Amino acid sequence: MDSSLVKEKKFIKDKTTQKNKAKLSNITLYIILMGLAVLTFLPFYIMMINATRTSNEIATQLNFLPGSALIDNYRRMRSAVDIWQGFKNSLIISISSTALAAYCGALTAYGFAKYKFKGNKVLFWVVLGTMMFPAQLGLIGFFRVCSALNLINNRLALILPAIANANLVFFVKLYIDAAVPNEVIESARIDGCSEFMIFNKIVIPMIIPSIATMSIFAFIQSWNNYLIPLVVLYDESKYTVPILTAMAKGVYRTDFGAVYVAVALSIVPIMIAFLFCSKYIIGGLTAGAVKE
Amino acid sequence: MFSKKIRKDSYGYIFILPFFIILATFIIYPILYSIAISFTKWDGSIIPPEFIGLNNYRRLVGDAFFLRSIRNTWIMWLGCIIPQMIFGLGLAVILSEKKLKGKGFFRWVYYLPNIVTMASVGTLVFFLINWPHGSINRMLMTFGIINEPYNFLQSTLAARATISITLWWMWFGYSMIIFMAGIKAIPEEYFEAARVDGANKWQIFWNITLPCLRPIILYQVVTSVIGGLTMFDVPYIVTEARGGPQTTTLTMVMYLYNTTFANYNFGYGATIGVGLFVLVMIFVAIAFKIINKNAAYD
Repeated sequence: MDSSLVKEKKFIKDKTTQKNKAKLSNITLYIILMGLAVLTFLPFYIMMINATRTSNEIATQLNFLPGSALIDNYRRMRSAVDIWQGFKNSLIISISSTALAAYCGALTAYGFAKYKFKGNKVLFWVVLGTMMFPAQLGLIGFFRVCSALNLINNRLALILPAIANANLVFFVKLYIDAAVPNEVIESARIDGCSEFMIFNKIVIPMIIPSIATMSIFAFIQSWNNYLIPLVVLYDESKYTVPILTAMAKGVYRTDFGAVYVAVALSIVPIMIAFLFCSKYIIGGLTAGAVKE
Repeated sequence: MFSKKIRKDSYGYIFILPFFIILATFIIYPILYSIAISFTKWDGSIIPPEFIGLNNYRRLVGDAFFLRSIRNTWIMWLGCIIPQMIFGLGLAVILSEKKLKGKGFFRWVYYLPNIVTMASVGTLVFFLINWPHGSINRMLMTFGIINEPYNFLQSTLAARATISITLWWMWFGYSMIIFMAGIKAIPEEYFEAARVDGANKWQIFWNITLPCLRPIILYQVVTSVIGGLTMFDVPYIVTEARGGPQTTTLTMVMYLYNTTFANYNFGYGATIGVGLFVLVMIFVAIAFKIINKNAAYD
């Protein structure tokens, strides 16, 4: 009786020390995680704070609290860099290239998934193969094609190539293989639907989740593109946000306040967008990377 | 009935046609064209290219700038990928523990730099490390780590480290998320069995988590090397196109871009492109061999 009580007491004591230990290691973990989080966010924080400070304050002291120079900085930035025109250009390019990539990509994926034409497998391997080629490899040829087609300094040079998005085709095809049964297509054919109608009216609604996920990435890729617009655009009124941001660096040199406003304007909208759809972006990432 | 089926199947060609027209025009033809141009001398103007045989290639293999740009690119890539893998793995293991609160917040913060425009990141870093007025210099001086402003673009090590750290900062959150998904896919019974056998956390990590994640580590290294060999935006903007100091941060694509579009040497630029292409293909082939070898054991 007595010894069992002691045992039980010891057991309880062990359990509490174990709990305390776990708590302690949890606290250390939180400190490490928070420290890294602070470090990761710090550059963005400094960027936002500096956007509200005068150039003199930025150059001579370390600022952790917002100042009152935001409007002035913005006006000076605006007088040399038309960032809103850049937003307009970037939006036109990113939205139309994403829409085209999504529709044509889904169409291609459907063609590969549901039609047993000759060369299906070989051509699909060609698609997969292009995933290995970074766009920069044929840069000079790309420039040549654009000038031959009169696409230099034309937004179409940044919109049309987006159609060849092998990633999108690959993942939408996997999704079609799993989510669109042949019977649905067959019965639609018996009802007299044309092949295009089947795709537009029946297949697209069934595969919308995969198209949406891949479209987010197509949009981000197009929005963040720097090298290709740098090569094909030379008219400042057609510059995209990344080019204007990098250009602001050269225009201002020592006017730090103005340049931080330009950088912040190019980054903060992305942060806000990510706040609202991080779930889809992070979910889409892992759908693409991990084979089950 | 049979002939009808055939007719339906040929619709497949129509459906994949737009994709292949674009692919041929904007990807395949440009690569072939670049290869053809690499045998010529051409300034990109209306004066037609002049065939000069293998001269560009002879120049390429002895070109100190090109060889240096390969080395620079690899060094900066390694300086990014190694800490990226370590942080990605460590954080994924920590955040995969179910009890931890605030998982979503940490994931959001760590991944954030990855979706931000690289050109903006480059510009931001350029001003943060600015000499002598950048905020990082202010910070180091405020905390008494240095006495006077340090010029990060004056020393090879500091300049390369700046690029590597920036890229690490942009990519460790991505690695973390991929590894978290990989850990989730490991059957719970493996961990259960190990715990029953009395394995501690380290033993579980080394003997179960790590071996199960091997294909994912390889996948990440392969995709990262393709991105890494074509590194451009950040070093181009941070070093203002020069790749300084003394071209020790000049990457291969920067050299290609500068040769072609700053010096108007299209022929030699195309040759650099082919060199880059061959290097990427060699690495992809090696990586595929490793992956296939790996798959054979599974």
